[in-house]
Amino acid sequence: MNLYPVRAIYAAEMARTRRTLLQSIVSPVISTSLYFVVFGAAIGSRISEIDGVSYGAFIVPGLIMLMLLTQSVSNASFGIFFPKFSGSIYELLSAPISHIEIVIGYVGAAATKSIVLGLIILATAGLFVPLEIAHPLWMMTFLVLTAVTFSLLGFIIGIWADGFDKLQLVPLLVITPLTFLGGSFYSIDMLPPVWQTLTLFNPVVYLVSGFRWSFYGISDVSLMASVAMILVFLALCLAVIAWMFRTGYRLRP
Amino acid sequence: MAPSSLNDLSQAALREAQGVAEPIIRISGLEKTYAGGFHALKAVDLSIRRGEIFALLGPNGAGKTTLISVVCGLVNPSAGEVRVDGFDNVRDYRQARSLIGLVPQELTNEAFETVWNTVSFSRGLFGKPPNPAHIERILKSLTLWDKRDNRLITLSGGMKRRVLIAKALSHEPRILFLDEPTAGVDVELRREMWEVVRQLRDSGVTIILTTHYIEEAEEMADRIGVINGGRIVLVEEKAALMRKLGSKQLTLHLQAPLDAVPAALAGYDLQLAADGSELIYSYDGAEEGSGITALLGDLDAAGIAFKDLHTRQSSLEDIFVDLVKERS
Repeated sequence: MNLYPVRAIYAAEMARTRRTLLQSIVSPVISTSLYFVVFGAAIGSRISEIDGVSYGAFIVPGLIMLMLLTQSVSNASFGIFFPKFSGSIYELLSAPISHIEIVIGYVGAAATKSIVLGLIILATAGLFVPLEIAHPLWMMTFLVLTAVTFSLLGFIIGIWADGFDKLQLVPLLVITPLTFLGGSFYSIDMLPPVWQTLTLFNPVVYLVSGFRWSFYGISDVSLMASVAMILVFLALCLAVIAWMFRTGYRLRP
Repeated sequence: MAPSSLNDLSQAALREAQGVAEPIIRISGLEKTYAGGFHALKAVDLSIRRGEIFALLGPNGAGKTTLISVVCGLVNPSAGEVRVDGFDNVRDYRQARSLIGLVPQELTNEAFETVWNTVSFSRGLFGKPPNPAHIERILKSLTLWDKRDNRLITLSGGMKRRVLIAKALSHEPRILFLDEPTAGVDVELRREMWEVVRQLRDSGVTIILTTHYIEEAEEMADRIGVINGGRIVLVEEKAALMRKLGSKQLTLHLQAPLDAVPAALAGYDLQLAADGSELIYSYDGAEEGSGITALLGDLDAAGIAFKDLHTRQSSLEDIFVDLVKERS
């Protein structure tokens, strides 16, 4: 592996983040703060504790997950979509660089940005509610694995999308609903039995549950189920990307 | 052992000698059919010599950009092979692509990057360690040095074109592809661009340019290839091509118009034009005798007087138009 191209892509993508700091960091932090004010302070004070955790604290992992998933997907998808859209992708395709190096550069940068964002939101949450992290290593593991997996998904969407509308489509129509319905704001025990069963088909439930367990030691599904789900999803994304590069799908006609 | 090592030595010398003559790019049996069924390249065979400027001419949609794209790795070939300095451009893509710089037709770039950053990025992308001195040299040679901290979006079209050239040269390629390098560029800048290309050739870089400005090929190229309908229809030294296909015309502006070419002059290839006030004589410029002296004598004998005359050599453009018409 040649590290120069990886470094070049990574640095260029991180530079783009710095150029768009307001949109990349400030806006997600503000919107998350709004969630804390509305759900944590205003409504949360009227909701009783869930499994011994105050409602304001209970939603912290879910909110970070929500931001992590949407930001990972949108960062990574935009990162590869934009050169396709502007035509500057010609340079990437004509460079003596392997597919793995391309993915590490783009997905690595998108995931880094999401992880930093996740940590900033965590710090912001600390201003609103008392935080405890029971398993910090697991917390970081979930944070990194989720950021990488959903950045890979974003990369796939960026290659697939042939217009800005499609770029927005998946985050808006798939990721956000799945996260809202994935137990970000409630424990799935609070749902009627039928919905509890249906919810188990939502992969985000496993991510939120595992992530929340790393904070408070409480979970909707077992830790191993959460880890297995994210690894399956990671493998799936890698397989799709490998197929895309092998066939030249929407990159090399 | 001695003879065998001697033999090895001579083999190595032979390979080296062959290496010099070996074309830097060898394209054989290249085919490209796009998913939609469009057959863009048909059995293309082409060799590019080391250090030459090769102009690929062809009308719009002839396959010029597809051919370049396959060689540079932007488009997957359907069949055939491309060897770049001996490296297969699919199997040994790292070695093959690191030898090539590509300047695309469209002015595509990251609008918000600075000139310096985007050129440095290209060098890194092509796997080369940072070399600010080299980037500085390129930017100065392309008169971009003063603009190095400008964002690309603030540059004029001509400057953006130079940035694309700078990006393509950032990794010190041995081969440079210029896809329509002077499309939409004003006359002065076009001449400057030609100068840059000549300097590059003098430094040993092989240059392949596509163009539909015949003037460009005529001005720059050592050899010319014509592609039409996905097929290479001709590859020839420019000078030879112009000599071989170049016919000349002598136009005589007559004092009194003629109704028809007089019978006494039937032995010459003559045509009347401009309502009989011009007599046009076509002849082969490459032949020893043009027949002009005899014609003028015969005109005098026939009592036909003229007030002015001029000659014209058919340009590459005429040759090209004839060729494309003939083959299609």
